[in-house]
Amino acid sequence: MKAAEVSSITKSFKDTTVVQDVSFDLVKGEILGMVGPNGAGKTTTIRMLMNIIRPDSGRITVLGEPLEDKTKDLIGYLPEERGLYRKISVLESLTYLGTLKGMKASKAGQEAVRLLDRVGMAPHKDKKIEELSRGMGQIIQIVATILHDPELLVLDEPFSGLDPVNVQMLKDLVLELKAQGKAIILSTHDMNQVEEICDRVIMIHKGRVVLYGNLAEVKGYHRGNSILLECDVLPDEVKAMVDVKDRGRYVELLLKNNVSTQDVLESLVKQGSRVDRFEVATPSLNEIFIQQVKGG
Amino acid sequence: MSKALIILRHEFLQTLKKKSFLLTTLALPLLAFLALGIYQLVESRTAPALPEEMNMGYVDATGLLDDHQEQGLVLFIPYETESQARTALLQGDIDEYFVIPDNYIETGLIIRYAEEAGPRTSPAIVQMVDFLRLNLASGDLEPAIMERVNRPAILESYHLDEQGEVVPARDEIADMLLPFILAMVFYFALFFSAGFLFQSVTEEKENRILEVLVSSVNTRQLLAGKILGLGAAGLLQVAVWLVSLFLLTRAAAMSIPALEGITLPASLLAWAVVYFVLGYILFAGLYTTVGSITPTAREAQSLSTIFVLPVAVPLFVWVYIMENPAAALTRALTLFPLTSPMTAMMRLPGETMHVWEIALSLIILLFSVGLILWSAAKIFRIYMLMYGKRPAFREIIRNVRSE
Repeated sequence: MKAAEVSSITKSFKDTTVVQDVSFDLVKGEILGMVGPNGAGKTTTIRMLMNIIRPDSGRITVLGEPLEDKTKDLIGYLPEERGLYRKISVLESLTYLGTLKGMKASKAGQEAVRLLDRVGMAPHKDKKIEELSRGMGQIIQIVATILHDPELLVLDEPFSGLDPVNVQMLKDLVLELKAQGKAIILSTHDMNQVEEICDRVIMIHKGRVVLYGNLAEVKGYHRGNSILLECDVLPDEVKAMVDVKDRGRYVELLLKNNVSTQDVLESLVKQGSRVDRFEVATPSLNEIFIQQVKGG
Repeated sequence: MSKALIILRHEFLQTLKKKSFLLTTLALPLLAFLALGIYQLVESRTAPALPEEMNMGYVDATGLLDDHQEQGLVLFIPYETESQARTALLQGDIDEYFVIPDNYIETGLIIRYAEEAGPRTSPAIVQMVDFLRLNLASGDLEPAIMERVNRPAILESYHLDEQGEVVPARDEIADMLLPFILAMVFYFALFFSAGFLFQSVTEEKENRILEVLVSSVNTRQLLAGKILGLGAAGLLQVAVWLVSLFLLTRAAAMSIPALEGITLPASLLAWAVVYFVLGYILFAGLYTTVGSITPTAREAQSLSTIFVLPVAVPLFVWVYIMENPAAALTRALTLFPLTSPMTAMMRLPGETMHVWEIALSLIILLFSVGLILWSAAKIFRIYMLMYGKRPAFREIIRNVRSE
C-alpha cells in the first residue's frame, strides 16, 4: 500500500492556476524530495495533501484512504510558515498539539519528554517559547510534528534557520524515521540535502511536475556530455575532440558530437598522458534545477 | 474527547490564566466596591449632624402667634421688639430670629435674621412653617383636620397597565439605573470576550500557528472550539459581574436609598444570558472575519471599529430609549442585530418590550448569527493562511460565493 498517492491534482486561485496536473506517490520507508523555485506550487500541493485546501480536480489518498478529518492524525506536518504559542511552556504546547492529533494528554506529555530528550531540549521543557532562540523553536516544532508517531511526514524547509550541528541532528533523525518505515516528503530549496538523504525527487515548476524519479535516474538522464580531467599534458588530439573549459585545478572537457567518453580515454592513454583524475560529469541536482527553471 | 472540545478547553483555560482577563474580571467589581466604600466614608464624615435643640426668636406684630411654641427640637421665643431679639441673638440666647410684620396676613412676608449666612432651607425653617401654620389655623379646626392641614399628602402612587390592572409600585431611579448598569456590564463583557477571541485569532495568525492547527483539525472544529471556549470565559466574567452587581446594590442600598429598588429577577437573568450568548457569537463571528482577512492585529483592530461603534449607540441614546419605548428609533435599535442585545438589556428590566419584539429581535439575531458564522467559517478557511495585503471587499464576496 502506498503511503500517499496524489493523482493529477489541479488548483486555481482566481484566474491563476497554481498547481496543474501534479501526480506523485511514495511508499513507506521512502524519502521523496520536493524541489522547485519559490512560488512553484509546492506549498499549495502540500496543503492539498494536508486537506487544508481542496484541489479543484484530482485525487489524493493517504495509506489507501481518501482524505478525511481523521487522516490528519496520520500525518505529521511541519509547515514552512511556522510558529508556536509564545506564552505557553514547551511541554504544555507540545501536549496540546499532541491531543489535537488524537493522543491522550498523558501519552502526549510522556512522548514529548522522551523526544525533547532525544533532540537535546529536555532542559528547556518548562520554558516559554518566547524565551528560546529561533532555531530552538524550530526543533520544538519538529518534535511537535513527529510527536504522534505519524506514518507520513511532510517537512517543508525543515533545515532552514538551523545551525550545522542541528542540521546534522535533524538529518540523523529523519534517517532514523525512514528506517522505522515512515514515508517522508521533504520540501526544500537546498539541493544538497536532497542529494544526501532523498531516495526520489519531484521537481515542480510553475505548478507542473518537470522532473520526477529516482535520484540516480534523474541525474543519469541529465548526464552532461563532459569529462572532468586532471592530467599533466592535454594532447592536441584530445583537444580536437572537445571544447576545453579551465576549471582551475582541473579542466572540463565538453564532448563534440559523435565523441564518446571512451574515445577520449583511449586517446589520452595512447598519447601517454599521466592522468590523475578522469570523471564523467554528472550534473548536480542544483544544476539540473537551474537548467529546468531557465530552460522550462 | 472531540477536537472541538479540546480546543474549547484549551482556549477557556488559557484565557482564565491571562492577566488581562483576571484584571478585567476582578478589577471592575473591586473598583465599584471601592467607590462605594469611599462614598460611604465621605458620606459618614459629611452627613448633617443630628438636629440639635435650637432657640428661635420671633417678633410678632400681628399678635396671632402665641401658641405651639415647641416644634420638635425648636423652641420659639417671643420678643416684644426687634432690638430685644437682636440683643438676645448677639448674646447667644437664640440662634436666629424672624420678624412677622403686621401686614403678614396680606403679604405672607417674613424677615429672618441669623448670624451666619446659612442655607435658605433648614430643618428649623420647616419647623417654623409648621409653627406658623398651626398658629394661623388653631382654634378654628379639629385636631385631626389640623393634622391634615399640616401634612396634606402622604403620597403612594401606582401605575396601571393596558388592562387597567395595578402594576406593582416601582422605584423610578432604580428603573432608569438598572438598565443602564446592565447594558454597561453587557457592553464590557461582549467586548472583552469577543476581544479575547479576536486577540487569539490574530495572534495565531501572526505567530503562524494556524497552519499547524489546521493540519490537525478542520476549520469548523477550530472556530467552534475557539468561539465556545472564549464565550465560556466571557460568560464566567458576566456571572462574576452580575453576582458582584447584586452584592453591590445590596451593600449600596444601605447608604444610597435610590438603589434600594434595584432587583435582579431570575427571568431577567435568563434573558440576559440568551441575549449575551447570541450577541457574543455575532461579534465573535465578525471579529473572526476581520481577524482572518487582516495580516496584523493592529490593522484588524482599526477595521473592527466599523461594527464596534454601532454597538455602543444604545448607550448614547439610553435616556431616549427609556423614555420612548414605543418610538421608531427604539424599535429599530431593538431589532437591528448589532444593537439589539444592548437595547434589550435596557428595556427588559422595565418590561416595556412586547413579546413580539422579543421574539422578532431574537429571530433576527439568530438569523444574523447563522449568516455571520457561515461566512466567517468560509472567510477564515480562505484567508487564514494568506499573509499579504488585506483583500478588497468585492474579492471577499466573490470568494465566499465561489467557495
